[in-house]
Amino acid sequence: MIANYGYEDGSGFYYITIDGDLCAVCSHRRCVEACPQGVYAIEMDDYDEFVAVVTEAARKRLRELCSPCKGQNGGGGPQHRLPCTSACPAGALRHSW
Amino acid sequence: MLVAGIDVGAKNVHAVLLRDGVPIARVVVASGFDHEGSAGRGLDEAAALAGVRKEDIDRVAATGAGRKALVFAADQPTEIAADARGAFALFPPARTVIDVGADEARAIRLGPGGKVVDFAINEKCAAGAGAFVEAMSRALEMSLEEFARVSLDSTEVIPMNAQCTVFAESEVVSLIHANTPPADIARAVHDAMAGRVSTVVRRIGIEDPVVLGGGTALNAGFVKSLSCALGGVAIQVLGEAPYLGAHGAALIAWDAAQGA
Amino acid sequence: MDGQREFWRWSERSWQAPDLDRQAVTAVTAGIDVGSVSSQAVLLAGGRLVSFFSTRTGSSSPDSAVRAFKGAGEPLGITLDDVSYTVGTGYGRVNVPFADRTITEIACHARGANFMAGPAVRTILDMGGQDCKVIRCDERGKVLNFIMNDKCAAGTGRGMEVIADVLSVPIEEIGRRSFEIDDEPPPVSNVCTVFAKSEATSLLRAGWSVERVLAAYCAAMAQRVAGLIERMGVEREFFITGGIGKNVGVTRRIERLIGVEALRLPEDSVFDPQIAGALGAALFAHSLHRKREKERGVAAGAGAVMPPVDTAARKDLWPPAAGR
Repeated sequence: MIANYGYEDGSGFYYITIDGDLCAVCSHRRCVEACPQGVYAIEMDDYDEFVAVVTEAARKRLRELCSPCKGQNGGGGPQHRLPCTSACPAGALRHSW
Repeated sequence: MLVAGIDVGAKNVHAVLLRDGVPIARVVVASGFDHEGSAGRGLDEAAALAGVRKEDIDRVAATGAGRKALVFAADQPTEIAADARGAFALFPPARTVIDVGADEARAIRLGPGGKVVDFAINEKCAAGAGAFVEAMSRALEMSLEEFARVSLDSTEVIPMNAQCTVFAESEVVSLIHANTPPADIARAVHDAMAGRVSTVVRRIGIEDPVVLGGGTALNAGFVKSLSCALGGVAIQVLGEAPYLGAHGAALIAWDAAQGA
Repeated sequence: MDGQREFWRWSERSWQAPDLDRQAVTAVTAGIDVGSVSSQAVLLAGGRLVSFFSTRTGSSSPDSAVRAFKGAGEPLGITLDDVSYTVGTGYGRVNVPFADRTITEIACHARGANFMAGPAVRTILDMGGQDCKVIRCDERGKVLNFIMNDKCAAGTGRGMEVIADVLSVPIEEIGRRSFEIDDEPPPVSNVCTVFAKSEATSLLRAGWSVERVLAAYCAAMAQRVAGLIERMGVEREFFITGGIGKNVGVTRRIERLIGVEALRLPEDSVFDPQIAGALGAALFAHSLHRKREKERGVAAGAGAVMPPVDTAARKDLWPPAAGR
């Protein structure tokens, strides 16, 4: 299962994408510690697999929580390395910005 | 020489009259549905206040969302240009200018000489603008002034889950039912809005000194929350903050009149 | 006068299988969907739909869960003691005090839509009271991919309630009346519900008819949602669940924008798009109960297990008129 959590504002759509199939086979779960805002948690999904999710509380505030990492000095484009995506050894985590 | 700047916002029209570059009158009138009519009224009142005739105004510049409706305005600078010009005049060292009005929040990064380097706008969402705090103060049946004041007395930080104004209204109502102290609710509302505005500011980066304009700058509770949301940065509230855009527009008219 | 009318109020709905032999109602499983705006309960007996109830969510999620359950159970004399397994879902799912397990509304809507509209469904648009999601699923109703937005009233049931009140139009008439216009107006420019409210007022002052303003508002809502669908891509068949799924003013305009028609339930269908989440939860409850019984059965060396979901029964309820 691929999950897309995100928001929309005047400049477009932004999403965090988590590929559950890639995430479930990885045992590192480094994203949880890597995120300075505590956006991620490991939870059992509806099909009994343990995967990273964006926590319920964070889903409503992604715009705000992710802005310190992604927004500094105008953001960075695809080359910009975010703590969470850099920490994920499975390549399961992507940001659309 | 007499020039005027008019800022036609969604809620209010602000007008500033300058004589030889120095403010001689400031007025605010409600925008209503007829922007041109309200702007004309604002200009009339400003002229009356300064004791001059409207016909003697040499040049008018209009900014704000409703500026296009004003056919008599020789200049129609964007809100960004007007804010930048105004902030530079009021506080020349300013590097980051934040303007939070009733329906929009803007952040502008200024370079040397007041040049606009970068800017970001929160548009089309009431949760990141003054309308949010207004709606919440209504839910608490408080005046905006009272709401701003009590928030400073808050002793406990409570989170606001709802980000959207519509949902936040219901959340505030349930907090009231749960007997949460109004001071803590007001603080939570200001924190939530400051969080939204800080997102806009972070998009352009924060560089000291930071100045704040717009009607919401008069809300000390919000200013405190915004400072926290920006990591404790010092925020200088500009004098006559609600008139920032109008003042900037007037200066643009003044610049143009001198150049002409 | 109309001053006291609550235009946003939608009617609560209750349904029970006709000619039901109360004695035959065994192996009851329940799905409870406590949303931000509405709460539903669906009861299955042996995997067959026997009752559902839909009500407004009150200030307390646990109370709303109990109220929804009672609404579905009481007409049949079913109490919590009769229920073998309960799954809670929706925004307030952690607050369903009697649930054996909670499952996200995403998985439940997919499963419910699969049951309601058939296994050909691949793309589901769930338009709820507080948010909007696009879900892609396989032929068994298992979620493959989904997209959700941060919570904003624009494009949701709550936003529609606000507009119903501002324009004094009963919410269930909005869809129909939004088509009583000579030509389609441009969508309102403000997506934000708060700003759209004042825009609607000024359009009325500018001489627009209420119907025209409704059309412009529904169009703006459709535009916003269509953007979300297009990000995910539409694979046929396409089905719309959630309360707004009943507002044709929005759904027809979404179909126009994305160029794909949504599956329609037949006129005589008992299903309601608003119960998809609770239905999915009840189906999960049925499978989980069977799994538990099987494990117990294996442990006890017995062979008796519950029957699987009775798809034949589903066909009785809803003749699967393929297409629309």
